[in-house]
Amino acid sequence: MRLEPVPNPTIVRRVLPLVLALGTTVVIASLLAAVAGANPFSVLGLIIKGAIGSKFALLETLNRATPLIFTGLAAAVAFRAKFWNIGAEAQLYAGALMTALLGTGLLPLPSLALLPVLALATILAGAVILLVPALLKTRFGVDEVVTTLLFNFIFLLFISMLLEGPLKDPMGMGWPKSARVIPEARLPRMVEGLRLHWGFGLAILSAGAVWVIQTRSTLGYEMRAVGLNREAAAFAGIPVNTVLVKTALLSGGLAALAGFSEVAGLKGSLTLDLSPGFGYTGIIVAMLALLNPIGVIVAALFVAGVFVGADSMSRASDVPTYLADIMLATALLLVVLAILLTRFRVVRD
Amino acid sequence: MAKAEVLRLDAITKRFGELTANDAVSFFLHEGEVVALLGENGAGKTTLMNILFGQYTADSGSVEVFGQTLPPGNSRAALEAGVGMVHQHFILADNMSVQENITLGVRPLFSPSLGRAAARARIVALSERFHLAVSPDARVGSLSVGERQRVEILKALYRDVRILILDEPTAVLTPQETDDLFATLRHAIANGLSVIFISHKLHEVMAIADRVVVLRHGRLVGGVSTADTDPRALSAMMMGTQAAPPVIAPGTAGDALFELRDVSTTNVGSAPGLKSVSLALRAGQIVGLAGVSGNGQAALADLVGGMRSPATGHLALNGDRVAKWTPRRAVQGGIARIPEDRHKTGTVADFDLTENAILERYKGAPFSRNGWLNWRESRAFADDIIAKYDVRCPGVDTRIRLLSGGNIQKLILGRVLEADPQVILANQPVRGLDIGAVNYVHSQLLEARDRGAAVLLISEDLDEIIKLSDVIHVIAGGRLSPAFGRGKKTPAELGIWMAGQGYESQVDHAT
Repeated sequence: MRLEPVPNPTIVRRVLPLVLALGTTVVIASLLAAVAGANPFSVLGLIIKGAIGSKFALLETLNRATPLIFTGLAAAVAFRAKFWNIGAEAQLYAGALMTALLGTGLLPLPSLALLPVLALATILAGAVILLVPALLKTRFGVDEVVTTLLFNFIFLLFISMLLEGPLKDPMGMGWPKSARVIPEARLPRMVEGLRLHWGFGLAILSAGAVWVIQTRSTLGYEMRAVGLNREAAAFAGIPVNTVLVKTALLSGGLAALAGFSEVAGLKGSLTLDLSPGFGYTGIIVAMLALLNPIGVIVAALFVAGVFVGADSMSRASDVPTYLADIMLATALLLVVLAILLTRFRVVRD
Repeated sequence: MAKAEVLRLDAITKRFGELTANDAVSFFLHEGEVVALLGENGAGKTTLMNILFGQYTADSGSVEVFGQTLPPGNSRAALEAGVGMVHQHFILADNMSVQENITLGVRPLFSPSLGRAAARARIVALSERFHLAVSPDARVGSLSVGERQRVEILKALYRDVRILILDEPTAVLTPQETDDLFATLRHAIANGLSVIFISHKLHEVMAIADRVVVLRHGRLVGGVSTADTDPRALSAMMMGTQAAPPVIAPGTAGDALFELRDVSTTNVGSAPGLKSVSLALRAGQIVGLAGVSGNGQAALADLVGGMRSPATGHLALNGDRVAKWTPRRAVQGGIARIPEDRHKTGTVADFDLTENAILERYKGAPFSRNGWLNWRESRAFADDIIAKYDVRCPGVDTRIRLLSGGNIQKLILGRVLEADPQVILANQPVRGLDIGAVNYVHSQLLEARDRGAAVLLISEDLDEIIKLSDVIHVIAGGRLSPAFGRGKKTPAELGIWMAGQGYESQVDHAT
């Protein structure tokens, strides 16, 4: 048996393996639920109900998807140029830190002026954080996987130090959290009465913007060329290192917006548990979306739904929430396999 | 006298979709015989050998070695039956010694005694018997190309092969090294081996083979004994009716459009950099650069193409010294660059034709404005190239990966020639192309020359250089020979320069 490339895959060939992958994921999850002693159908039903079964559930899923869209976009943008940014977690916290610094009364501006300033400052913070690994890579060839990954831990400890020291909220009753941002720095709700803030809207807009950049701009063209064939790009005169640095700036800025959105939209202050690994989950989101920015929205909704649904399911039954992690890991592996099968067919000799 | 038949391929047919690579090809080989398999690129020689080695399964036909039918699609069967192949591109581990390379894969990985002494004695005995001078302890990375080929042949002999297949063995050798190879092959047949010699070079075939088998478009068009034929007849068989080569009128040289003035560069990997090279590319002239690959061609190509700047000395474009030299500056300066590797450096395989067509010129009008691409204009440009340069493809949104080498090269030609360049860097422009594409590329280069472009043609194929060039330079060890006018030197004389002789006196003379 061997693999033979398929020149022009049909639409069925593109979609069917993906559907099969997700179907198989559900089957495997059901088996695990059965092993845990629960009725698989009721477990799946509880997950779906917990994710989209009510207005509250749906809004919770959308809120959870918001930071994942940002970090997913960050990974998708970087991976497209084969710049392996594993540090979205640190960039997210950099954005959150910037929001907490400037949004707690330092800039006494009206909401309409303050929010764009905060967003821009946030993007800048995330970009600067990723600039160092990017320059280390282009100047000295230091592997960005190592630098961006390790920087996550350094930066989280740095935040911890700030929250135990200078940024500690005096009114916080001893908890390591920052002061709350002023009302002008809070992202308003998208629809009055519904618990969904404008961070979600910003995430959707960002995905659209990334799509336009990738398909219409020279920068997007350069990024794709560098990602697909660095040697040919360099030969054609594309400044590979400059493109990599620009990619890093864009990716870092997008990841930082997740932090801005969480602090200004949802939590209101900077805490150490702001992100339960959104930066890492963003990588899964990007991979599930095949690095397509519009696909990132869909994948983020799926991943958020699985998490929110599993939380709710776990409260209603005896099956632990780990099932969500297993489902995502299974889905990721199967989708990678499915992608292979869209491009290659198995031939028996 | 009739000797035993050692190999028989019977009515082999292999189709790839529309293309019939081998059409009922039958082929046999006797003991102690050298048979040349002759044919243009794409005639089906490699496919036939891949079927023999079980890399491909034939649609019909059978393979017999020493009277035994080989199971189809089993790549070990031919090896175990005593058939060995020396590929055009060597398969050696550079960081290991000659002995390690030869014994690699023969003995079990984990055995108490490595048997090094016995292996070494055997290698020494073999190299004496077949006159293959190479030290078992030398690191392969430090060997010359000719020596590496000897290691490959020793590797086959060490495995007790009785049939040796050499795929284009002389493509990387100087004429003198080729003579050494032929001497080795004569020792081999004297020792009872049989040899299949794959080539498209007629004079070599005449020199070494007992019998010639000619393939054209996948069909067997003839088998003759070399005693009963001559190169002209073979050429007619190989090319079919389209044999008459175009007569090439010499160009008329104009101003120097691009110059290297006493340029030296650092080494490129294991290949030497340039050593005090001066070279002028003149309007209306093709300058051919002959030489065994890995002798400084890469450094020179990189310099002209903007990938590299001189360490000492400088470059001049239209007589003006260039300061900062990058690929983009080179393109803007009117230099058309046809790279050596059209798949890896020339194109992005997963980009479509449009995206590849604008690869060098996407920045600025007409393909983009203020950082936004104009896809309509880009697509029109790609369509234009497809029509003008006869690129066979389903459409502009086809990924380049799906095109044949010839069509990719036509796209690259269109991309660079449509910019109306004044200097053309053609690095191995026809390597691996079929005869039709070769002629097309050559005619485009000649047309560009006649329009007044300066062409630098770099090729490993001496025949190609001699045929096209108005002026020939030879490069060896990073040093450039003086200019030889069209027809001033025979291949053998150029071969001496290719082997690195003649340069010392020139340097003494210069200093």
